[in-house]
Amino acid sequence: MSKILIVADHADGKLNAATAKVVACAAKIGGEIEVAVFAADGSSVAAAAAKLAGVTKVLQVDNAANAHPIAATLAPQVEALAKVRGATHVLGAGSTFGKDLMPRIAAHLGVPQVSDIMAVHSATSFDRPIYAGNAICTVEVPAGTVVGTVRLASFTAVASSGSAAVEKVAVTASLPSHTRFVSLAAQKSERPELQSAARVVSGGRAFGSADNFKILYAFADKLKAGVGASRAAVDSGYVPNDMQVGQTGKIIAPELYVAVGISGAIQHLAGIKDARTIVAINKDPEAPIFEVADIGLVGDLFQILPELTGKL
Amino acid sequence: MKALVSVKRVIDYNVRIQIKPDGSGVITDGIKHSMNPFDEIAMEEAVRLKEKGQVTEIIAVTLGGAKCEETLRTALAFGADRAIHVKEEGEIQPLTAARVLAALFKKEAPGLFLLGKQAIDDDANQTGQMLAALVDRPQATFASKVEVDGQKATVTREVDAGLETLEVDLPAIVTTDLRLNEPRYLKLPDIMKAKKKPVETVSIAGLGVQVAPAVKLVKTAAPPTRSKGVMVKTADELIAALKAKGLVS
Ligand SMILES: Cc1cc2nc3c(=O)[nH]c(=O)nc-3n(C[C@H](O)[C@H](O)[C@H](O)COP(=O)(O)OP(=O)(O)OC[C@H]3O[C@@H](n4cnc5c(N)ncnc54)[C@H](O)[C@@H]3O)c2cc1C
Ligand SMILES: Nc1ncnc2c1ncn2[C@@H]1O[C@H](COP(=O)(O)O)[C@@H](O)[C@H]1O
Repeated sequence: MSKILIVADHADGKLNAATAKVVACAAKIGGEIEVAVFAADGSSVAAAAAKLAGVTKVLQVDNAANAHPIAATLAPQVEALAKVRGATHVLGAGSTFGKDLMPRIAAHLGVPQVSDIMAVHSATSFDRPIYAGNAICTVEVPAGTVVGTVRLASFTAVASSGSAAVEKVAVTASLPSHTRFVSLAAQKSERPELQSAARVVSGGRAFGSADNFKILYAFADKLKAGVGASRAAVDSGYVPNDMQVGQTGKIIAPELYVAVGISGAIQHLAGIKDARTIVAINKDPEAPIFEVADIGLVGDLFQILPELTGKL
Repeated sequence: MKALVSVKRVIDYNVRIQIKPDGSGVITDGIKHSMNPFDEIAMEEAVRLKEKGQVTEIIAVTLGGAKCEETLRTALAFGADRAIHVKEEGEIQPLTAARVLAALFKKEAPGLFLLGKQAIDDDANQTGQMLAALVDRPQATFASKVEVDGQKATVTREVDAGLETLEVDLPAIVTTDLRLNEPRYLKLPDIMKAKKKPVETVSIAGLGVQVAPAVKLVKTAAPPTRSKGVMVKTADELIAALKAKGLVS
């Protein structure tokens, strides 16, 4: 039977929504599911993880060195814990945290890492996307510990209906001092978080300035939507980097996605393929975004958006 | 200090890929290839550090078949001083690539090893992290700013929450994100000069590296296609269509 160790994604004493999706992936593999919380004081995160349906145990690894998520510091601890727990699988979220950490663990263990697991066929066979999601590979991993990251847009979060035990554990591992946390400039937003929002509206290069993005924010607030952007909008400095949606940004799966003034490059589409309904507003009827849109409207966003905001 | 930069030959980012009818992979023959965009950014960063006097020599590395030499020539045109071609016609997965790069890291002793954060063909996003693990050195992935100061570097990283800054001791492994820099356009004289720069050819076995256990490809398939949507003409019609789907009330 599989014994799955999940490394919790968390920040500011809160469990990130990503972890409930990793648990959903683990449940498809089947077996015992343990969630490890590495923090300076992981009590509140561990308590939240213990509620995730399907989790058999939460392992709380408190250590001052874990105050900030540094892959080089965490990797030896995860490896030591995986060994003690006899883990057959070590999974992380397909977040920047998981993507930074999991390959470092796999390399030490001498096993490959499976990135962006989107479907589970068996304990050792998975689907994953390549070429910006334009092809899906079914892969079979070799013998040894299975290490992977989970594509968050492919799984629905498990409910918080469980009540697993939390166990404080100490792990023995020698930790490096060559990598030091300096600061985190986190964007604070009152709007729904991109990766878990039911509705997302995104803007592209067409906005032309940071100031013009205000009309998108007003529209988003009317819809109670999260706000994303194309790479061009981020590169141009209209919005911060954490808003980028796409192959190399965030991959999202909202009920409703509204792309405004975005052409629909394959790299952008890679981030929205799992949206239930895609709406596109673009002044160019030939824009590739219309090929994937469920509802398309050709026109000038500077007229259409304020009108929509007013009428909704 | 030396900077090592790995550059991968991939299908050009503008190409719409096609899957082989037998599901054994993606059609690559006769398809336009170029340097992985993230590796161009890594090359550009190395060249800028050399222009600032912080890097003395840039060595570009690729792993792959004979055609990858053109990728190395591009790296040399960017400003690499010399190049290493680890020749292997078969598929090379990230763990094997990382083992090879680790062997070169030990041989060349660079202060910085720059890689792309991900290759846009396999979208693995692993090799830099694996390399850092194998040589037991710091990793600063998804970099949008790199500042070298003596034996240390300060790196700003693009993370889901925003921008994180780490301080790492050198030698360190850095993987590049899109906004680290904008790669220069290559000029003809530089492309000509690149033809004369030295390229050393080695093999995986020759470097004493053991090929890692591999993930087996069962099949490659096209993703599900979305069904054709409808076009509406006005904002009112759009609102009506959203209401019909129950997406707004
Ligand atoms: C390695 C790599 C990775 C990448 N990763 C990503 C990624 O993760 N995410 C991403 O988004 N991109 C990514 N890109 C970039 C991608 O290729 C495109 O360049 C980018 O998505 C274009 O952004 P855009 O649609 O906003 O701009 P454009 O392509 O310039 O499109 C602007 C659109 O706005 C429309 N428009 C202009 N004015 C108006 C108006 N007044 N009203 C209505 N419509 C208007 C135009 O018709 C046009 O269609 C990546 C590229 C590379 C090479
Ligand atoms: N075959 C290769 N040749 C050269 N560099 C590579 C190769 N494979 C991976 N890399 C480097 O590792 C980075 C990340 O690749 P990946 O982990 O495959 O997404 C790339 O941007 C390259 O810098």
